Amino acid sequence: MPGNEGVQGGAGYRYLDHTADVYVEAHGASLEEAFENAALATMEVMTDTSKVSPTIERRIEIEAEDRGSLLYKWLEELIAEFDISGVVYSRFHIAGIEEGEEGGLRLRAVVAGEELDPERHAQRTGVKAVTYHMMEVRELNGGYTLRFVLDV
Amino acid sequence: MESVPLERIDEDIWEIPTSFREGMRVPGRVYADEELIEGMKGDRTLLQCSNVAHLPGIYKFAVTLPDGHEGYGFPIGGVAATDYEEGVISPGGVGYDINCGVRLLTTNIDAKDLEPRVRAVAEILFKRVPSGLGSQRKQFRLDEGELKTLVEEGASWLIERGMGRPEDAGNCEEQGSMAGADPEKLSKRALQRGLAQVGTLGSGNHFLEVQRVDEIYQPETAKTFGIHSLNQVTVMIHTGSRGFGHQVCSDYLKTMDGTMEKYHVRLPDRELACAPAQSPEAADYRGAMACAVNFAFCNRQSVTHWVRESFEEVLGHPSEDMGLDIVYDVAHNIAKLETHTVEGVNRRVWVHRKGATRAFPPGSAEIPARYRGAGQPVFIPGTMGTSSFVLAGAPRSMELTFGSTPHGAGRVLSRSAAKRSYRGEEVQRSLRERGIHVLTDSMVGLAEEASGAYKNVERVVDVSDRLGIGIKVARLRPIAVVKG
Repeated sequence: MPGNEGVQGGAGYRYLDHTADVYVEAHGASLEEAFENAALATMEVMTDTSKVSPTIERRIEIEAEDRGSLLYKWLEELIAEFDISGVVYSRFHIAGIEEGEEGGLRLRAVVAGEELDPERHAQRTGVKAVTYHMMEVRELNGGYTLRFVLDV
Repeated sequence: MESVPLERIDEDIWEIPTSFREGMRVPGRVYADEELIEGMKGDRTLLQCSNVAHLPGIYKFAVTLPDGHEGYGFPIGGVAATDYEEGVISPGGVGYDINCGVRLLTTNIDAKDLEPRVRAVAEILFKRVPSGLGSQRKQFRLDEGELKTLVEEGASWLIERGMGRPEDAGNCEEQGSMAGADPEKLSKRALQRGLAQVGTLGSGNHFLEVQRVDEIYQPETAKTFGIHSLNQVTVMIHTGSRGFGHQVCSDYLKTMDGTMEKYHVRLPDRELACAPAQSPEAADYRGAMACAVNFAFCNRQSVTHWVRESFEEVLGHPSEDMGLDIVYDVAHNIAKLETHTVEGVNRRVWVHRKGATRAFPPGSAEIPARYRGAGQPVFIPGTMGTSSFVLAGAPRSMELTFGSTPHGAGRVLSRSAAKRSYRGEEVQRSLRERGIHVLTDSMVGLAEEASGAYKNVERVVDVSDRLGIGIKVARLRPIAVVKG
């Protein structure tokens, strides 16, 4: 529940309590940084990302009509990619979130990781999807806080 | 937590009046005993039930079942029926794991005879049925064309290829193949996510369990279901449509999120996104959803095949000689066109079941002929180390729940809280002490799924039985668990 003590997950994010699923809060001095931490928090649900080497690099470009949809698509991209190629990402660099050509928002990023190897990587819980449930994108004192629920 | 008003209508029946919030078209209807309802007050379950009551074209009430708990948009353990013409279809009312469901196999093996070999069986199952994070089946790969045919045709496609017995498909809800599946309505990404995942268990609460019959409440009905004696060995398969279904839900949630304005639909939660039932968006979703439904049937069909192979390998008999017959295969997350009586009028409605099991009573034409005297078999999986139940659909389900029962225990502890309370290794050891072998790749997942993190499944089942929506037939206890 909002306001409840969550589990500290790292500097840029933490997990809040939600009965069925995983409720994430991610922070950043910029929107880009908050999105990077949101991605890291999502991958941490699946495995210990500190053991994942950034050997495979991928460029990601997505567009969406608002910040909420952009966050949804950004995380969906990473979740789907894991199902398709087995690659789990541990490094996220968002070059920028800017106004898109058709009035929405555009995100450009480079992510890096490697194929999940059960011998070396802890198997935590698979993430099925990101949801819009209780999704929040808040700007406060120049910083950003994101909240979202992952279906696991 | 916002307090939601509840009126107690009967011992296990509660109502959230439409006066609670503007925009509720029908009341919320909650089935629970006092302890279960207290649990629901602790999270957003009841608020979400009242949100569902806002759906255009919804009939009678938004149902929350005894296992109801907070989901996203819709509570998990819920049913909503909307009008065929004037209602809406909502992907969130089905959920991300489309046709997550349960299949039960019976055997003619006695648990005492299996005991010396049960560990060997479990290990072979663990090896043959890919489970856990990112589980892929390397030996069983399809190309895109084959996948499209598979999701169009359902379980029979695998059976024709030697992965099942001719009678298997007929022993599933929808005969293992939902009509209307249209692969053209699938995104490239949904197909890609599905390709490597047919025949995998996945992670989270999914499992494959070897069980023994622990108690029989209704001997006649049990016999009809193939359950003849105490200690008879059964096998339960709990999995869904994996990344394929998740992507279908995501794709159409985004589509419908974008059309809410066009269709002038306003709802209190973005996850309730929906489209008018007769709109092209809803029709497209139904075509894609049916593909995911069929994918899940195929998933459980291929696991069934490997279960039979595993028993053959360890015990050295042809699987037919050991039984391993499908009792039934039920969906927990699905939307279907059904006919229900509303205020004395027969209406065609889109029944959304999210964490709910269809539980049609005796005499229903939709269930296999051999069950028409007893009612449809319903399986309610417990949690690791606790019992699962076999129920039979009963007449009051048509009046109270649009022909539905609960689907499981329902969580009470969040995953984070469960991890704070349990350690996977300890959970595994304590189950072992109670004679249950657990094999998993994820100790963290084991802690998250510890039985203490769930509601008491017996309580959930007892409410169903008392209400007369699903009658308790038998109780099954695990002997060996492969946890995803």
